[in-house]
Amino acid sequence: MSAHLPVLQVLIPLLAAPFCVVLRHRDIAWAISLITSLVCFAISLMILDQVLTQGVISYFMGGWPAPWGIEFRIDVVNAYVLVIVSAIGAIVSLYGRHSINKEIPRNQIYLFYTAYLLCLTGLLGMTATGDAFNLFVFLEISSLSTYALISLGKNRRALTASYQYLIMGTLGATFYVIGLGLLYMMTGTLNIVDLHNKLADVDGSLRTFQAALAFLTVGLSLKLALFPLHLWLPNAYTYAPSTVTAFLASTATKVAVYVMLRVFFTIFGVDLFEETGVPNIIMILAICGMFVASTVAIFQENLKRMLAYSSVAQIGYIMLGISFLSVTGVSAGIVHLFNHAIMKCALFLALGCVMYRVGSVKLSDMHGIAKKMPWTMGAFVVGGLSLIGVPLTVGFVSKWYLINAAMEADMMPVAALILLSSLLALVYVWRVIEVAYFRAPKTESNIKEAPLSMLIPLWIMAGASIYFGIDTDMTLGVAELAAEMLVGGTP
Amino acid sequence: MEALDFISPGLYNYWIVIFLMMAGFYIVIARGNLVKKLVGLNIFQTSVFLLYISMGKVQDATAPILGEGFDTFSNPLPHVLILTAIVVGIATTALGLSLVVRIREAYGTIEDKDLLELEDETS
Repeated sequence: MSAHLPVLQVLIPLLAAPFCVVLRHRDIAWAISLITSLVCFAISLMILDQVLTQGVISYFMGGWPAPWGIEFRIDVVNAYVLVIVSAIGAIVSLYGRHSINKEIPRNQIYLFYTAYLLCLTGLLGMTATGDAFNLFVFLEISSLSTYALISLGKNRRALTASYQYLIMGTLGATFYVIGLGLLYMMTGTLNIVDLHNKLADVDGSLRTFQAALAFLTVGLSLKLALFPLHLWLPNAYTYAPSTVTAFLASTATKVAVYVMLRVFFTIFGVDLFEETGVPNIIMILAICGMFVASTVAIFQENLKRMLAYSSVAQIGYIMLGISFLSVTGVSAGIVHLFNHAIMKCALFLALGCVMYRVGSVKLSDMHGIAKKMPWTMGAFVVGGLSLIGVPLTVGFVSKWYLINAAMEADMMPVAALILLSSLLALVYVWRVIEVAYFRAPKTESNIKEAPLSMLIPLWIMAGASIYFGIDTDMTLGVAELAAEMLVGGTP
Repeated sequence: MEALDFISPGLYNYWIVIFLMMAGFYIVIARGNLVKKLVGLNIFQTSVFLLYISMGKVQDATAPILGEGFDTFSNPLPHVLILTAIVVGIATTALGLSLVVRIREAYGTIEDKDLLELEDETS
C-alpha cells in the first residue's frame, strides 16, 4: 500500500470528483470533498515522512520504467509542496460549507465541489509528477477547473475575470509546451531527471536552448503572476467566491513557483541558468513587483482586491529569494512559499467570514466591524502582521532569511528595498485595522460573529502563522534541505 | 550559402509554425471580440501542434508501423503528445465559448470595449 502512495495522492481526488456529479447533493458532495482532502493531507504527510527517512521516491506509472514511462518522482522539494497544497485543501473544504452555500446558487453547489476536487487533482499531479509533459496535462486540469471555479462568483464580473484568466492561462501553458518542445528537440526525452542529464552535454549558447528557456520562463511567469504578467490575478481573486480565492491564492501560484524551481534548477541546473542572465531579469521584475503591487494595494477599496495585489508583491519576494541562486536565497523563497500560503489563506478566510455576515468586503462597509466580529478580525490582524513581517510571525522568518541572502550576496541595496517594501505592507494593513477597530459603525446592524465551523479553520491558519513563526525547525529544516538539493544540482 | 540556410526547404514547416504562432498571438491581443480572441488562441495552439509533429519527422522514414519493409520510422511520440494537447485545446475552447455565452447573457455584448464601459459603470 505505502508503495502506491504517490499515485493515490492524485488518484483519490480524481476518482472522487465524478461521485459529486452523480450524487448531485450539496451536503454529500461537501462530505466527499472534505474526506478526500483530509485523506490527501494524511497521504502527503506520510510521503514527506518517507522522503525524509528513505530518500527520493520513484513511482513508475503502469510499471513502465523511466524515462520511457511516466514517472512520479518525489523528493524533498515536492513532498514539501504536496503538504502545503493538501493542507490548504483540507482547511478550505472544512471551512467552505457555509460560505459556499451562501455565495453559490443552490443548484450549482455540487458542481463547485466537483471542480474543486479536479483542481486539487491537477495541483497535486503537477507537484508529484516527474514527467514534464505529464506536468502540462495536470496544469491544464487544474487551470480548466480553476476557470470554472472563478466563474461561479456572484458578481457578473467573475465571468469576464474568468475569461481573461482563461486567455492568459492558456497562453502561458502553450508557451510552456513550446519551450518543452524545443527541449525535446535537443534531447529526445521528457523525463525531468533525464532532461537534466542530457542537457548537461548541450552547449549553453545554442539558440534553441535559449529560446526554450525563454518560452518556459515567460509561460510559467504568466501562471505564477510574476509582475508584469499578473494582470489576470486581481480580477480573478476579487470576483471568485471567497473560498475559491483562499484556495487559489495559497496553492495555484505556489505550485507554479514550484514548477519554475524545477525548470530552473533541476532541468537546466544552476550553472547553465546563471549563464543565461535570466536570474538578473527575474530579480529586477521581482523588486518592481514588490513595490508597484504593494503601492497599488494601498489604494484599493475592495479588500479582496487589496490582498490580491499584495499576493503579487509576495510572489515578488519568493522570486527574489530564488533569483539569488544561493542556498540561503532559495530556502528563503521556499520557506516563504509555505509561509505566504498560510498567511494569505488566513487573510482570505477572514474576508470570507466578513463576506458571509456583511455581504461585502468593501472598506466602507466595514466600519467598526471588529466589535461585532472580534474573532474574525483578530485572525485578520494576525495575518496582516505576518504580511508585514512582525517578529513571532511567519512573515518575519521569511523576511529575515531574504535579507540574510541579500547580505550574503553583497547586495545591501536589495536588503534595504526589502525592508522598505515591508513598510508599504504596514500601510495597507493599517488602513483596514483603523477602519475595523477605531471607526464607529455607520448604522446599527445586527451583524454577528461568523459560525464556528468557519472560525475554527480560520484560527487554525492564524495559529499556524504564529506557531511556525516561533518553531521554525520543521519549515526551515525542510526548506534548507530542498534548497541544498536544488542548488547543489543533484536531480 | 550559409547565410541563406534559414530559407532552406528543410525549415519550411517551421516558417509556417512561426507565421501561425504570430498570427494567432496577434489576433488574441488585437481583436476586441471575445469569440475572435478564442479563434486566435486556437490558431496559436495549432501552430504548436505543427511544431511537435514536424520534429517527429525522420528523413526518408515511413509512418510508425511494425512489419516487413518498414525499417525507419518517424518518431510516434510527438504525435501522441499532440493528441493529448488537442484534447486539452478542445476543452479550453469549449470552456471559453461557454464563458462567452454566459458573458453575453449577463452583459448583452461580447465586445471588449463595451464590456469595459459596462464594468466601469457598475463598480
